[in-house]
Amino acid sequence: MTTSTPTLATGTQQVDERRGTARRVRKRLNTRVATMISIVIALLWTIPTFGLFISSFRPEDQIKTTGWWTFFSDPQFTLDNYQEVLFGRSSSSGQLASYFINSLAITIPSVLFPLAFAALAAYALAWINFRGRDWVYIAIFAMQIVPLQMALVPLLSFFSNGVSLGGVTLMPAWDLDGAQKFAQVWFAHTCFALPFAVFLLHNFISQLPKDLMEAARVDGATHPKIFRTIVLPLITPALAAFGIFQFLWVWNDLLVALIFAGGGDETAPLTVRLAELAGTRGNEWQRLTAGAFVSIVVPLLVFLSLQRYFVRGLLAGSVKG
Amino acid sequence: MNFDFADESPKLMMLLWGLVAFVAVVGGLLLLLDVVPSWFARRREAQLVAASASGAPPPRRTRPREGLFALFFLLPATLLLLVGLVVPAIRTTLLSFMDGGSQNWVGLANYRWMFADDAIVRVLLNTLVWVLLVPLVATSVGLLYAVMVDRARFEALAKSLIFMPMAISFVGASIIWKFVYAFRGDGQEQIGLLNQIMVSLGGEPRQWLLDSPLNTLLLIVIMVWIQAGFAMVVLSAAIKAIPADIVEAARLDGVSPWQMFWQITLPSIRPALIVVVVTLSIATLKVFDIVRTATNGNYDTSVIANEMYNQAFRYGQNGQGSALAVFLFVLVIPIVIYQIRNLRQQREG
Repeated sequence: MTTSTPTLATGTQQVDERRGTARRVRKRLNTRVATMISIVIALLWTIPTFGLFISSFRPEDQIKTTGWWTFFSDPQFTLDNYQEVLFGRSSSSGQLASYFINSLAITIPSVLFPLAFAALAAYALAWINFRGRDWVYIAIFAMQIVPLQMALVPLLSFFSNGVSLGGVTLMPAWDLDGAQKFAQVWFAHTCFALPFAVFLLHNFISQLPKDLMEAARVDGATHPKIFRTIVLPLITPALAAFGIFQFLWVWNDLLVALIFAGGGDETAPLTVRLAELAGTRGNEWQRLTAGAFVSIVVPLLVFLSLQRYFVRGLLAGSVKG
Repeated sequence: MNFDFADESPKLMMLLWGLVAFVAVVGGLLLLLDVVPSWFARRREAQLVAASASGAPPPRRTRPREGLFALFFLLPATLLLLVGLVVPAIRTTLLSFMDGGSQNWVGLANYRWMFADDAIVRVLLNTLVWVLLVPLVATSVGLLYAVMVDRARFEALAKSLIFMPMAISFVGASIIWKFVYAFRGDGQEQIGLLNQIMVSLGGEPRQWLLDSPLNTLLLIVIMVWIQAGFAMVVLSAAIKAIPADIVEAARLDGVSPWQMFWQITLPSIRPALIVVVVTLSIATLKVFDIVRTATNGNYDTSVIANEMYNQAFRYGQNGQGSALAVFLFVLVIPIVIYQIRNLRQQREG
């Protein structure tokens, strides 16, 4: 393979040794270059977040006049930014505590509903025999490629105008106001999540051992019973994987919330408020830095504590289209 | 503290209602499916007992109700998908042939507008740049990093660092990077890292996000920063799945790391590579949050998803907004077809 092979064939000890040394040097050089490059990438990927994090603890006049790196030569520490951005009452401050609760109220049901509905559907598609099963699965699978942008305009009019066909009202307008608007967001997130959720859970559920299912059927267990007592406990890792996936997606989503929750502090989540602050008060870094961290902390905790499940879900789900 | 917790109670009540609804719907469905069949079973048992007592022939067994079970298991998901995705998608397609107020049919006018209006053509070109650059750069960085840290010390930690941005929202990431790009006038002390580097290298500070086309590239950096972790994780798993004997055989042959990468690693992880590029391409086509948070689509940085939002929800141009959505959908289709064909080839090969 290598050019030195003929020399090696002569078998002199010296050549062999020299070649070994050269290879070792080259190898060490390679690992050294590799280490350097990976350290540079790692720094590039962490320094921006780190800078923002440091800044969020610096006094306002400091953030606005000096770079965050001066913190190390002149450390000044304050929690005022967080106090102001979370609980301040003036309209220019963040009032993020309120939006934080909105984010929670939007996210929790938006994770639970698709999780349950998709698990039920995935079970039926994997283990109940009925005509047209494959076609239903293919149809749901194919829906993954529809961008949610395709649904936004009609779905909003569905909520605000209801459905009428030829003058006959099939479904009245939802007419929600205030906190009730959360229901719209839950509905939208659930619909948009279902195709991927069904696909991911079906992957897991269909791989359960066939003998297990048949034994349960022979024992006279009905489908709901098998689903509750056998399938659900076995697919907990898959449920966790999708749960984390959906949690991060909903908590971090801007588009769906912007359209279906509106912009007020009654329903809008953190992301909507932060995007608004970044647009209208782009130079108020004392609020943006602290605010960004308020929004980051929850997903980061979820992510770090459950990373194992998340990675597994990612690897199973990334085969999607 | 000025924060009033009482103001928040309606939200918490609503959340509670949501949870109650969840328990009622899901629990109710399972209960219904549990109770009703067992009631039927008991009745049938009673009939059998009665029949054997009177000596009459036993009643014929009703056909299995498998299909009925499937119907109820699938009902919530299919109903929601029809109402929330299928019907709206069809309606959007129809709306794209109508005017802004969705009153009159206008034929292909919205599509003609899309390719004639200079501002929109610019939007389409920007999207093209995004779709070409993000998957390429993010995958390259992810692959490079995955190869470099493979079996190195601190591998888990090193991977977490790159992977972490995946947990950060696009909005949060945009603010993080806006801070890196922050600008203060010439002669003042800079607070943005990039301008500080520029100044210390003897250059002049710049308003990075105002200059086209550089600003689009700087927004692309944000997307790459978020997505490289995804590429890294998937590719790293693929690299670890390469059979050890192949790697060992190559090493015995004296293959250099460089050759090893091009002749062993890359061909072995090709399927994973395709999956990553396809997933990233689709995600990039739909990018919205970054553009909206960082520049609001100003200074020639807008992309299709952002323009779709503007047309439909800010300017009230439902027709034009829908046409952009349909175009987005059309762009996704060839990518997916390519992916499916690849998957099929893999199965056969």
